[in-house]
Amino acid sequence: MLFFVARRLLYLVPVLIAVSVLTFVIASLLPGDLAYVILGDQATPENVAALRHDMGLDQPIWLRYLGWLWHILQGDFGRSFRTGQTVWQAVSDRVPVSFELMIFAELIGLAIGVPLAIACAAKAGSAFDRFMTGTAFGMLSVPTFLSAILLIYLFAVELRLLPATGYVPFTEDPVANLRFMVLPALTLGLAEWPGIMRVLRSDMIAALQEDYIALAKAKGLKPSRILFVHALKPSSLTLVTITGINIGRLIGGAVIVESIFALPGIGRLLVGAIYTRDLIILQGVVLLVAAGFVIMNFIVDLLYAVLDPRIRHGHA
Amino acid sequence: MSGALLSVEDAVVDLPTPRGNLRAVDHVDLAVGAGKTLGIVGESGCGKTMLSRAVLQLLPKKARLSGRVMFDGQDLTTLSAEKLRKLRGRSLAVVFQDPMTSLNPVLTIGTQLIETIQEHLELDLAQARQRSTELLAAVGIPAPEQRLAQYPHQLSGGMRQRVAIAVALSCEPQLLIADEPTTALDVTIQAQILDLLAREQQRRHMAMIIITHDLGVVAGRTDEVAVMYAGRVVERAPTPALFKQMRMPYTEALLAALPKLDVPPHTPLPAISGRPPDPTRPLKGCSFSPRCRYSAGRCSTEKPRLSPAETLEHLYACFHPLAAGSGA
Repeated sequence: MLFFVARRLLYLVPVLIAVSVLTFVIASLLPGDLAYVILGDQATPENVAALRHDMGLDQPIWLRYLGWLWHILQGDFGRSFRTGQTVWQAVSDRVPVSFELMIFAELIGLAIGVPLAIACAAKAGSAFDRFMTGTAFGMLSVPTFLSAILLIYLFAVELRLLPATGYVPFTEDPVANLRFMVLPALTLGLAEWPGIMRVLRSDMIAALQEDYIALAKAKGLKPSRILFVHALKPSSLTLVTITGINIGRLIGGAVIVESIFALPGIGRLLVGAIYTRDLIILQGVVLLVAAGFVIMNFIVDLLYAVLDPRIRHGHA
Repeated sequence: MSGALLSVEDAVVDLPTPRGNLRAVDHVDLAVGAGKTLGIVGESGCGKTMLSRAVLQLLPKKARLSGRVMFDGQDLTTLSAEKLRKLRGRSLAVVFQDPMTSLNPVLTIGTQLIETIQEHLELDLAQARQRSTELLAAVGIPAPEQRLAQYPHQLSGGMRQRVAIAVALSCEPQLLIADEPTTALDVTIQAQILDLLAREQQRRHMAMIIITHDLGVVAGRTDEVAVMYAGRVVERAPTPALFKQMRMPYTEALLAALPKLDVPPHTPLPAISGRPPDPTRPLKGCSFSPRCRYSAGRCSTEKPRLSPAETLEHLYACFHPLAAGSGA
């Protein structure tokens, strides 16, 4: 097992290097010279040239990349030229918001998707199954900005149960924090469950056809045990993949939802950085989000091994 | 046979397919007495496995079963799901063909044994573990204690089939159905597994049905043999009587298709030419007649009934049975 973890960790190194190269290249390819952005349109060419030299922008791109990477390896992701905040600080301020949102959204998605998937697989082909599969397909095509607006309209405008926008840190007022989180998390969760449900449903239907399910029946096991242990456990691998990818995606991908609900998370930080052409923040955040995504997938790989002994023993 | 532990009476299994109705089991009558062994022999697709699934009530959802399956005085076809569940694994156990797929890959051997034991017997975890260890030892698995924590993929095919047998034996069933228990195994392992089954059957005095395509498997290991072809039983007899004098040409052809040691090397095997009939297109006459070298006259227009030969125990369905004394 230790060897397994070490090997997977080693795989992370080239992936992270590739991610950093891509991030840097994309940020460098964005139109608009950073020096112009900082100095504004009244700047003289001499001032621009001087600043470019100071910031090292006149150096070749590979040299700039190596310099950037060198600083990152020392823990220095750079500093916003607008707010003076370091990337690290900006991100660590916002991460708790996005993290909370992502956890709640995923929990809601799982809480809806998993029971429905099991119920549908157990009665595959029934009217209930067809209805839920159809509903899931419909929900899959509802964009989050639409469901967000509908939820705001229903819960904030009509019923006046929950606030539409805003945020209070959990440490300040836990109840208010949760009230602010419900609608954004529900919006994302409603987008998550159809995928979870459809994948788990088809995996479970396949598992229920297996010989070992016939044997489990022939052993006289209770239907609940057959469903929840013998069929669900081997089917949960794809579920773990989906959940892992979703979580990774939500780390930085809740841009729309954070913007609609005015949550000060990573998504909002990214959007702000793009609007203000704050390239240092932008590339730092993208790199950290991508690294988070990669690490999330690493955790998923480890979970595979926990769930499937064949992977643990290097058979698959 | 009223004293039988299991009796299948006029069983018919129909499977709807896109090409029409497939009659997998066609009016089959069978019986096994307590502590007796029955061999069901036939080539692939002749309905052996469907028949065993019908006994276990594990037919595919779309399949329709008619007739009765009487087990220990109860008709399994009308039994409630809950009563059936209490019977399966407890009194009625099964070993499937392929141990690579019949054990759950993500559960340990121990879990798969203990869950069966705890489902049916009033034992606590420690006792169930103890019993599992004993069972693994009884089926010839070395270091049984350690095996409990292992997963199926860590065992060889033969070992896995031993585990599957241990699972089947775990609650001292009255009847064990072994559905091609050695087909997926290496030849060297086959005899070991068959001997193990025979030994445990004797020791526990349980009834057993061995399903196989290999007449050699049932010879000397069963009390009675039923030969199936195209969903029907075409010959049924006490094992010694059958091998002494088989009457149905299909049985003879099956036996002739077995490789023998006393034949010179490189002699072609006398395979049965042709293929079994399409089960969605039933023949009017004897199902074997298109492949039978004795076929003549009414063989292709009329179905022979399963009827007794010289003795009441020996039944066959043929208009032109092999003459007495011509057996292999």
